[in-house]
Amino acid sequence: MSKINLIIKREYTTRVMKKSFILLTFLTPVLFAGMIALIVWLGGIKDDKVKSIAVLDRTHLYTHVLKSNDAYSFVFVDAPLEKLKKENAESNQFAGLLYIDADLKDNPRAVTFYSEKQVNMELKTYITGLLNKYVEEQKLAAYNIPHLKEMVEKSHTNIDLKTIKWGEDGKEKVGSAEVALIIGMITAFIIYMFIVIYGAQVMTGVVQEKTNRIVEVMISSVKPVELMMGKIIGIAMVGLTQFLMWVILTGIIAAAVGSVFGSGSLDVNSLQQMQQVGVHPAANVAMPSQMQTLLVALNGLNYFEIIGLFIVYFLGGYLLYASLFAAVGSAVDNETDTQQFSLPIMLPIIFAIYAGIFAAQNPDGPLAFWCSMIPFTSPIVMMVRLPFDVPVWQIILSLTILILSFIGTTWMAGKIYRTGILMYGKKITWTEMWKWLKY
Amino acid sequence: MTLLEVENVVKQYVGHRALDGVSLTVEENTVYGLLGPNGAGKTTLIRIINCITAPDSGEVRLNGKRMTPADVQQIGYLPEERGLYKKMKVGEQVLYLAQLRGMTKSDAQKALKYWFEKFEIEAWWNKKVEELSKGMAQKVQFITTVLHQPKLLIFDEPFSGFDPVNTDIMKREILELRDKGATIIFSTHNMETVEDLCENISLVNQSRIVLQGNVSEIRASHATNTFVVGSRSAINGGDIKLISEKEKNGIFETILQKDPSETNNALLKKLIDCTEVLSFEELLPSMNDIFIKTVTEKNP
Repeated sequence: MSKINLIIKREYTTRVMKKSFILLTFLTPVLFAGMIALIVWLGGIKDDKVKSIAVLDRTHLYTHVLKSNDAYSFVFVDAPLEKLKKENAESNQFAGLLYIDADLKDNPRAVTFYSEKQVNMELKTYITGLLNKYVEEQKLAAYNIPHLKEMVEKSHTNIDLKTIKWGEDGKEKVGSAEVALIIGMITAFIIYMFIVIYGAQVMTGVVQEKTNRIVEVMISSVKPVELMMGKIIGIAMVGLTQFLMWVILTGIIAAAVGSVFGSGSLDVNSLQQMQQVGVHPAANVAMPSQMQTLLVALNGLNYFEIIGLFIVYFLGGYLLYASLFAAVGSAVDNETDTQQFSLPIMLPIIFAIYAGIFAAQNPDGPLAFWCSMIPFTSPIVMMVRLPFDVPVWQIILSLTILILSFIGTTWMAGKIYRTGILMYGKKITWTEMWKWLKY
Repeated sequence: MTLLEVENVVKQYVGHRALDGVSLTVEENTVYGLLGPNGAGKTTLIRIINCITAPDSGEVRLNGKRMTPADVQQIGYLPEERGLYKKMKVGEQVLYLAQLRGMTKSDAQKALKYWFEKFEIEAWWNKKVEELSKGMAQKVQFITTVLHQPKLLIFDEPFSGFDPVNTDIMKREILELRDKGATIIFSTHNMETVEDLCENISLVNQSRIVLQGNVSEIRASHATNTFVVGSRSAINGGDIKLISEKEKNGIFETILQKDPSETNNALLKKLIDCTEVLSFEELLPSMNDIFIKTVTEKNP
């Protein structure tokens, strides 16, 4: 077995066998799924306590309008407002007090809600929804046109703008900007996370080998470049393993959840929940068709392209940054010193994630274009742009630049590493590192 | 037969010259000492021999041929600053290092079994390195250095961290390796071990070799013509120059200075005339004295 393979194998196995790695790899998808389940579950819980709302209606017009439901019961009272407020403050009998003091048809602002706590959105939309509908009907009735109500109802439309993309071959693809945005942001964020986490691992690994004086022992049997590349490649494989495990585990969890709830009922359930939360009647009509486009759009994405390019961009971006991290690790004497030198490396990564967020809003704009060409930002920004269908020549160009750059940075890092790992007790400066490049 | 030749090696770092025209020759099957104060350039020289850094000029030859990085396989190098992966198990670690030195896994396992038995440390195999004491770790490192049976062994401060018992074991191992055909270069500050082990030495100071040669010859050439004499009675012969005298259990031990023009026998004759001589020995300076004298002389 060649030496670099041995090094890769050691870096890989010691990391993959670590308890923290195994735990993180298996728990992250479970935690993620659990979090989503928790949100859905919490959203689905109905408050089974019926809250009573006192209604003081001076007009007596709305007695039949304000209908009680599972969550709220309206109790009509008749007493002076101040007295009611005072009484309720002591007895806490009502969750709130709705005060209507004029015909809302003439004065839509003549309704007030008093409560001790901040009123929640659900109640507010429920009450305004009921009142709006009633007042609307009243106004329509005032025109005295027969069948006007039916006519208006029929004229209610809900425009759903379908977005269809042309393929090269003229085939149509249904797309959704939202889905593209979400997929793009998630993949970009994963790349960002992997570069930061595994890049930092390369750096601490190098620092540890240096401070423990292991390099001294190793260096007589392997070339420094082999040592550095072995570490970088080994850790890259750890990252890929983790990513693939996440993809597989997410798939398994999705399949398991799907089979438990039955794939159909899950969608219906979540739809119902959405309807219950969003009370506005117009929104209800739109829901199923939106859901449909979402599913179609999800199917319309080219997953092989996205996952394939994800791996390529992850590797490219990682190699670019990891070599720089390795150079920094080799130059310093202990981990606390790494901060000063790792900041200039972290800045472009952080910039890239912001550029990615802006690029999502205008995936074909100049910022998005240039940032997906510059190698320090391209792995992240290009992932954001990918679901929006980037021209092939741009992908090829950006990858070429990325590959050339990481060859360049690896070469540079190798030079710095070679000198750095055997240099002790010296305060390293940027000019010093520049000199090492020329050795 | 000459195994290693270093010829006129110069190494310049930014701001200072680490080695300035250093030459030395190491004969096969000998123990060669590389001495010198801290920062003299010993480690740089060792790194050049190991092809870790390249000299600016001059060359290193192994078996008469210019050394290439491929020849490093024939060297076992134990650096002064030596570490191991703390979280790795001892056995895995030595296997890993042995494979990096070009051994196959099964060869390495066989050789390791021999050494672990020899040092009686089989029980350490599954221990993590961080559980070992410094001396224990040193033994493991020693094993990884000699495991692949290199022709040339280079030990940089091999005895630091060892207690006297283990130092003795290590000395014996080094001599045994030499007897089995290995050539050993070691750098040290411990002058006693130099006298015990080395045939030849080079003393490096301020990037140059200031003293080189056979240990006994060096000591003889640094002789100060002082002798220690054991006798039954006090010496008080006319022109014998005494330095010190002490008596213990009726035996007198006298240190005296000989005139450089006088022969040893002439001095002895004068002694016999005035007392019964029990022992007569020339006081050769220790390597320690020579070291300090040479270094401070050149470095006033």
